[in-house]
Amino acid sequence: MTEIGLGHYLTLGAIIFSIGIIGIFLNRKNIIVILMSIELILLAVNINLVSFSIFLGDLTGQVFTLFILTVAAAEAAIGLAIIVVYYRNSGTIRVEHIDELKG
Amino acid sequence: MIAHSIFFYTFSIIAIVSAIMVTASKNTVHSVFFLILDFISISCLFIMIGAEFLGMIMLIVYVGAVAVLFLFVVMMLNVAQQKNQWFSSEESSKHIPVGLIISTLIFVELIIVVGGWKYKPDLFDINNSIEINNVSNTHSLGQVLYTDYIHIFQISGMILLVAMIGAIVLTFRKRVGVKTQSYIKQISRERSDGVSVVKVESNKGVKIDD
Repeated sequence: MTEIGLGHYLTLGAIIFSIGIIGIFLNRKNIIVILMSIELILLAVNINLVSFSIFLGDLTGQVFTLFILTVAAAEAAIGLAIIVVYYRNSGTIRVEHIDELKG
Repeated sequence: MIAHSIFFYTFSIIAIVSAIMVTASKNTVHSVFFLILDFISISCLFIMIGAEFLGMIMLIVYVGAVAVLFLFVVMMLNVAQQKNQWFSSEESSKHIPVGLIISTLIFVELIIVVGGWKYKPDLFDINNSIEINNVSNTHSLGQVLYTDYIHIFQISGMILLVAMIGAIVLTFRKRVGVKTQSYIKQISRERSDGVSVVKVESNKGVKIDD
């Protein structure tokens, strides 16, 4: 086994990022799974920031990871509130039915 | 070093498999549980490479708050058992090649970036960094966070406040036909609204409820 370096962590981040994007595109069930895929993408960004911060010895990456955590929590709360309101109005959260703004 | 490799591969394989299961599982509740597993393994990785504070904060924020929020919404909306396949409908199957192409392209680009980093490691001067010894990760993070980044820290607090107010305003609904307490009505009630003095003539009585 080779020594675990920065490249391994960046590859892990890239894989999780790609899985999140595949989840956004392929999911037709409900929109909650799309929100979870967005959380996965933010997690991949956090992995990149933290691994650069550790391997370069600079704390700024970890500070920005904290702010990304804050924004992700706010985004999850607002997104889930919008989903609850939408479900109350329409009775479904299937993705292909949410095209009312198309006109 | 060999233990480091073993732990890294274990946690990253768990993380990747659970990330795939988040997008692939049919039941939404299972997706939330795999998301929790993903966050736990990634925070173990963070703790392993020395970012202990962020690992613990990820456990608290994601597993403690966000995942429970997702579970509550899945439970409230009653969509956990919607057994609709990915590839079942005509309309959804035309998104699949586009999604695969775009995500593969992004993955290849990111791997190219990693490879470029590997073949040119002297792009940034690593020795330039300040090594803070004898100070824990949490301590040094706090020293930076409350001095250099105090404005961004306050702004992130305001973002949380706005998100809280926004979520309450979005999901709040006024139901008709429900008896609720009206503070304004209670406070502004005066003596003349409830009590009136009637002059009673003798041998006649008082007529009430006219």
